[in-house]
Amino acid sequence: MTYAIEAEGLVKRFGKTTALAGVDLAARQGSVLGVLGPNGAGKTTAVRILATLLRPDAGRATVGGYDVLSQPGRVRRLIGLTGQYASVDENLTGTQNLLLIGALLDLRRGEAKARADELLTRFGLTEAAGRPVKTYSGGMRRRLDLAASLVGRPDVVFLDEPTTGLDPAKREDVWGMVRALVDDGVTVLLTTQYLEEADALADEISVFHHGRVIAHDTPAGLKRIVGGQTVVVRPSDPDRLADAAAILGTVTGHPPDEPSPGMLTAPVDGDAAFTTVVNQLAAAGVGVVELALRLPSLDEVFFTLTGRHDQELESVA
Amino acid sequence: MTATTLAPDRTVPPDRAARPARRFRLLRHSLALTRRTLIKIARTPEQLLDVTLQPVMFIVIFVYLFGGAVAGSTHDYLQYVLPALIAMGVVFGSVQTGVNLNDDIKKGVFDRFRSLPIARSAPLIGAVLGDLIRAVVAFLVPIGFGYAIGFRIQTDPLQTLAAGLLMVAFAFCMSWVFVLVGMLVREPGAVQGLSFLVLFPVSFGTNVFVPTETLPGWLQAWVKVNPITHLMDAVRGLMLGGPVAAPVAQSLLWAVGILALFAPLAVRAYRRRT
Repeated sequence: MTYAIEAEGLVKRFGKTTALAGVDLAARQGSVLGVLGPNGAGKTTAVRILATLLRPDAGRATVGGYDVLSQPGRVRRLIGLTGQYASVDENLTGTQNLLLIGALLDLRRGEAKARADELLTRFGLTEAAGRPVKTYSGGMRRRLDLAASLVGRPDVVFLDEPTTGLDPAKREDVWGMVRALVDDGVTVLLTTQYLEEADALADEISVFHHGRVIAHDTPAGLKRIVGGQTVVVRPSDPDRLADAAAILGTVTGHPPDEPSPGMLTAPVDGDAAFTTVVNQLAAAGVGVVELALRLPSLDEVFFTLTGRHDQELESVA
Repeated sequence: MTATTLAPDRTVPPDRAARPARRFRLLRHSLALTRRTLIKIARTPEQLLDVTLQPVMFIVIFVYLFGGAVAGSTHDYLQYVLPALIAMGVVFGSVQTGVNLNDDIKKGVFDRFRSLPIARSAPLIGAVLGDLIRAVVAFLVPIGFGYAIGFRIQTDPLQTLAAGLLMVAFAFCMSWVFVLVGMLVREPGAVQGLSFLVLFPVSFGTNVFVPTETLPGWLQAWVKVNPITHLMDAVRGLMLGGPVAAPVAQSLLWAVGILALFAPLAVRAYRRRT
């Protein structure tokens, strides 16, 4: 199996703060590796090391088979970087930004122009191409950022929190672009604070917490770590709640939780139990507005892994 | 989704990382980045206030406020002080390079550059070269204003051009000091503050405003070694006549010395910072 990104035992300290305390990462060629974690978990530090912007205090890493420490020039030919700390120039227009990067990538003027036009069209920025970036909306800026990282047709793209601060519709746009990259065979390392985003895009997820990887798995695998499936029932008539709870308790063998008023949840081991619940509710004449069998959300996975579940729930409530 | 392939282009050989480089890469990259600096200046002309309105204000203050007292006549003082004020303005103008670089780093523009396969020093060189246009403006504006209020160059255009080139060269070397400050300080505003803290004793501790003989001994000693004194002497000589060879040589020597010391320090600080 070939890995486009491989890192072992990365350590980085800033003064007394340990940003990375021994991180291993691996992304197969053509896959999306999601790096998930809260602010300050070390995600950006890891990206900066892999993108040759920062030297680790210990550990090693390769990108596209080249060592980031001993062959940074080669690595830079293969990568595109976009995100919170790699930005376009606000005073230049969209076109000027892309042309500048083309020039720095040794494209000839004609090539650079063609590539800039192609990317501006692709990212829906043709009309804004001649305007300074400081007049762009957040979503347009993010698209230009992404375009800028693709000028050199990189094999590996680092996206550092590409959708932070974007509204949901704009986020979907960016997701579509990431999927298009993957379709073209690009390896993507994506950092995010949004569990939903990692779930939607990543083939594998590394969960960061305080500079360590506390879990690495597929999205489905991570969900399994936290437990099996959950039945969710919300009776249409609140007075029938007790009846529904009794049925759920009998079938699943667990007393159901009521995470929000009028809604019951109970863990189940297989889908057979779900069918039984459905049948018994129907037999008892309990109408429902919501009836579902679901995997734990990635939020639940994350909170379970970091042991902050209860604490967070309290602070939210 | 369109059918356009974004990346990678499969017609490109797979081992692009090992692709042979085109020639003169550092020069081309630095010039591309110089162009960026120039575009930015063209787009935000208010950036040039410190090399346009500020020197004009200095001229007005010094000539009309102090001129009568120091030289007995505002016109005589204008002739004496203007070349020195031009030199001072050019040096002051180089502070902005440090401020801009600091801002670029803060905003993440430099991270994008550094993730590209270019020399580490290219963004610095681009910033410093682009800002030389500021030195040119800082040279031309006070001359223009000075002419309007009665200043006259006593030498020929060739020597005046030499004065201009000398100042631009000096500003180029001097700006590395402020690049260093820009790397060491966290906020763009602090860069400006700290830079002027360095600049005031250097630029006022000269013979710009009053002849050296009128100063106390310890200050005379400082004025005599101060590089800006030599620069001002040289510019005065080239624009008004008088000894030229020694001050020009001393200014250039200082400029090269400053460059040799501060450019490596600035590059080192830049590597650490980013």
